[in-house]
Amino acid sequence: MANISSVDISRLKNGEVNLGTSIMAVQFEGGVVIGADSRTTTGSYIANRVTDKLTHIHDRIYCCRSGSAADTQAVADVVHQHAQVYTSVYGSPPPVATAAALFEKMCYDNKDQLSAGIIVAGWDKEAGGSVYNIPLGGGMFQQPWAIGGSGSTYVYGYCDATYREGWSEEETVKFVKNSGCIRLCVITKDKVERHFVPGNELPRFWEGKEVVGNMSGQRVGVTA
Amino acid sequence: MTSIGTGYDLSVSTYSPDGRLFQVEYANKAVEAAGVAIGLRCTDGVVLGVERLLHSKLLVKGANRRIASVDEHIGMASAGLLADGKFLGSRGRDEASSFRDNYNSPVTVQILSDRLSAFLQAYTCYGSVRPFGLSTLLGGVDKTGPKLFCIEPSGVYYGYRACAVGKGKALAKTELEKIVSKEADGQPGISVREAVKEIARIIYLVHDDNKDKDFELEMTWICTESGNKHAPVPADLLVEAEAAAKAALEEGMEED
Repeated sequence: MANISSVDISRLKNGEVNLGTSIMAVQFEGGVVIGADSRTTTGSYIANRVTDKLTHIHDRIYCCRSGSAADTQAVADVVHQHAQVYTSVYGSPPPVATAAALFEKMCYDNKDQLSAGIIVAGWDKEAGGSVYNIPLGGGMFQQPWAIGGSGSTYVYGYCDATYREGWSEEETVKFVKNSGCIRLCVITKDKVERHFVPGNELPRFWEGKEVVGNMSGQRVGVTA
Repeated sequence: MTSIGTGYDLSVSTYSPDGRLFQVEYANKAVEAAGVAIGLRCTDGVVLGVERLLHSKLLVKGANRRIASVDEHIGMASAGLLADGKFLGSRGRDEASSFRDNYNSPVTVQILSDRLSAFLQAYTCYGSVRPFGLSTLLGGVDKTGPKLFCIEPSGVYYGYRACAVGKGKALAKTELEKIVSKEADGQPGISVREAVKEIARIIYLVHDDNKDKDFELEMTWICTESGNKHAPVPADLLVEAEAAAKAALEEGMEED
């Protein structure tokens, strides 16, 4: 038996920081705001710096993908196909709950083969905006907000302390932006609106200047 | 019955020369021999009622129900061969629960009717099977509102405001038309509580005291009052409706 009492982090070089995928989705009264970073890596090499992890499933349903790019793309493709068939057979778009159930089934049934952590979010007639988290083992959890990917651990505290029920669209967008996502998507009854936040426009509240100020001229955090 | 003796009525997989499937038509005869079943779609839900004919005085009161629950929000009342009705109810439950499994949402009455009608239709295609001796009323409240469907032995199904199947369906339908036409004239739609009384009245009216055995009135609803769940109509309301139905019948006889 391998020693599981210590976590193996030797794949990281000394001093190197691991910043994996960060994805999130937040519901508000009339819809959802979803966000993701744009980095795909093969080991330490950045294979793509403008990746789109916000993937279209149906008119008003998107998913945020984390884990293996190949696995999550394949699962999203299958669910996308199911959603199209559902629409032709039943004559109305699938609810978000249904899209999430389809993801859950695939992720659970093939949990031994897959490395996929997916957040399904969107708007439907019955429920309005809703968010479903489908983490690694293929469970399914409906939540007012969800974060995922290895990078999400860094913003868990921030999100938990900051999120409030009853936010407007603007407040929700600000929340997602502050969590450090650079691709955003707002899904409501009337629109699917995409935003891109370039690196030099990302919020820098984490530098802490609002809290401690520029004390004795010392720099807090790092400037670009 | 000019068809008898021609041989075209022996199998559902053989058409008669004028394009009819006699076995399917005979299945309808089995329906016509059964106690009437009535469904009424209201503003706030759906009510189902059946005239359950009792073939023996030894039967337990209230037992052997003919209205089945197919899902939390859908009820099924069938007229025809009782065993076929039980089987179709069980099939309906399987379909409803598999829909929930696959799609994480309750099945609509329309989709369930579609699935069950396809199942019935398959029994009109093969020489090795007989069609279901059933006309089935499916009623429920789903995300699209209160819905009522009727599936026939041939596998066709239609959506209805109100429907009656079984013995005396013609008389029941004319009574239902009077109720439905009031709404068409701009009057407010009927509520489930009113519908319970109307259905009780119609079933007592349709019941043939001379020819038929005793019967029990069985009624369920899916409405706001029952939390949009399929449930038996409360006993006190049923007793009240039955008393009113008997009174209306007496009154009708005096007029005659």
